[in-house]
Amino acid sequence: MTTYTVQNVKDTRSGFGAGLLELGKQNPDVVALCADLTGSLKMDAFRDAFPDRFFQMGIGEANMMGVAAGLTIGGKIPFTGTFANFSTGRVYDQIRQSIAYSDKNVKICASHAGLTLGEDGATHQILEDIGMMKMLPGMVVINPCDFNQTKAATLAIAAHHGPVYLRFGRPKVANFTPENQKFEIGKAVMLSEGTDVTIIATGHLVWKSLEAAQLLAAEGISAEIINIHTIKPLDEEAILRSLAKTRCVVTAEEHMMNGGLGDAIAQLLARKAPAPLEMVAVNDTFGESGTSEELLAKYGLDTPNIVDAARRVLSRKD
Amino acid sequence: MSQNPDLQNTLKQVRRDIVRMVHAVNSGHPGGSLGCAEFFTVLYGEILDYRAANFEMDGKDEDLFFLSNGHISPVWYSVLARSGFFPVKELATFRKLNSRLQGHPTTHEGLPGVRVASGSLGQGLSVAIGAALAKKLNGDNHLVYTLHGDGELQEGQIWEAAMYASANKVDNLISTVDCNGRQIDGDVSDVLDLGDLGAKWKAFGWEVLETKGNDMNAVSKTLNHAKTLTGKGKPIIILMHTEMGHGVDFMMGSHEWHGVAPNDAQLADALAQNEETLGDY
Repeated sequence: MTTYTVQNVKDTRSGFGAGLLELGKQNPDVVALCADLTGSLKMDAFRDAFPDRFFQMGIGEANMMGVAAGLTIGGKIPFTGTFANFSTGRVYDQIRQSIAYSDKNVKICASHAGLTLGEDGATHQILEDIGMMKMLPGMVVINPCDFNQTKAATLAIAAHHGPVYLRFGRPKVANFTPENQKFEIGKAVMLSEGTDVTIIATGHLVWKSLEAAQLLAAEGISAEIINIHTIKPLDEEAILRSLAKTRCVVTAEEHMMNGGLGDAIAQLLARKAPAPLEMVAVNDTFGESGTSEELLAKYGLDTPNIVDAARRVLSRKD
Repeated sequence: MSQNPDLQNTLKQVRRDIVRMVHAVNSGHPGGSLGCAEFFTVLYGEILDYRAANFEMDGKDEDLFFLSNGHISPVWYSVLARSGFFPVKELATFRKLNSRLQGHPTTHEGLPGVRVASGSLGQGLSVAIGAALAKKLNGDNHLVYTLHGDGELQEGQIWEAAMYASANKVDNLISTVDCNGRQIDGDVSDVLDLGDLGAKWKAFGWEVLETKGNDMNAVSKTLNHAKTLTGKGKPIIILMHTEMGHGVDFMMGSHEWHGVAPNDAQLADALAQNEETLGDY
């Protein structure tokens, strides 16, 4: 199995901020909008470098989505920034009509997604955002796993024409993917090859899955680890190729089971290659206040939960 | 200018188009469409600078118009067609399967003249502000126009946008409110009274104008006056007083014709009141 070195520990939102700043230098059409969370979204460097292309929207997310849609008319590439909760649920209809249905080239960039937002609690811990966004026709949904991948994704989505939902988070986590990596939208990343079970992970749970692979290896179980950063469009080919080898799958994500990555993969398996599947995801409940590590443990999204899921799915294999 | 016989002829034909379109599919919104026929006729006839034949989404170096109350699509479609954005005969496809003329305006089917979908209310002002900001970034001195329903102002997003536009001096924007006093459930004053609308917009930092809306002279004069007020640090709002159903006597002054199509006899009556001038589609 492939082992990875933690280069440093960084928040994915800082990867977004770094990518946005670089985009600002590369492309004069890139503009950024933020609803009173500039520091939290790490958009301050862009704001300071390109004040004419930064729009402080105040606490008005619905207006922000509409203004972003309008900025595309005239050739701008707007990046909106706020928490994932306010980037999706609060403005679903604005995104649906003014952005997705109108095919506007808006990049909806959402921080503090999932439980790892931590102490602020369930009002802010959205776990349904991937589901909402992936249901919208034409919407690309991306959930990168670390600082480097988030930065690379931020750069890549500017070059894609059409609406994109880019989801990242608050806590500092292992940064282990290559610096200046090539990011291909819709392309799975093979992190570690294995033969017994395929673990497909997205976002913060990718590193946890690599940790799980180590523990499983100690038990003599060979896990293949695939990083799906793009949930829509889903790299079906990569998943089916791995499944042909291992014949069982575990999915891992910091999202509700309904509507998430596991849900998408369950559909794929049911349609094309039925096989045992276990999902590591939040099961129809809201979160609560706590540290991110405490919350991942309590809601069953930690490394041991992935190991358990792998054991369960292996026991169901023919 | 609006004594222009061409515009008078266009107006009559637009009214015919509206009632014929909604009659043909027994659905759509004739009341608000008729009430705004003068506005659209003047807007596209003598106010906007646009390229109809070669429509481009980006609309650089031309004026842009956004219809926020998308349900009055019949009047917009008629005027767009009569202005050369697409063939007039395509009006016959309104609300039918495989048409570019969807019930509410959309970009999805590629209809020239439409730059964002509308129908879910309250969103068009924000989009227009974004387009106006893009014009400023691009050094494009053309203007952005919008139309809203008065009932639509009950949507909170309108006021988010209103606050933003004045705070950020979006002064290349001329918005108009179709104040017909009606909404689906009845009179706006009964459903959810808007209070002193002029004072509200003024308090939000906008330049406020008022006009009669079913008088092309008045509409023309007010829109031209509004143009002279652009570039002075404030967005502009025109409170345009109209009568729903104007130009078809039995549809006038009632919310009953908000979203109801005329039957065959009513259609004949409506057409008799508005002679064919430019040729029916």
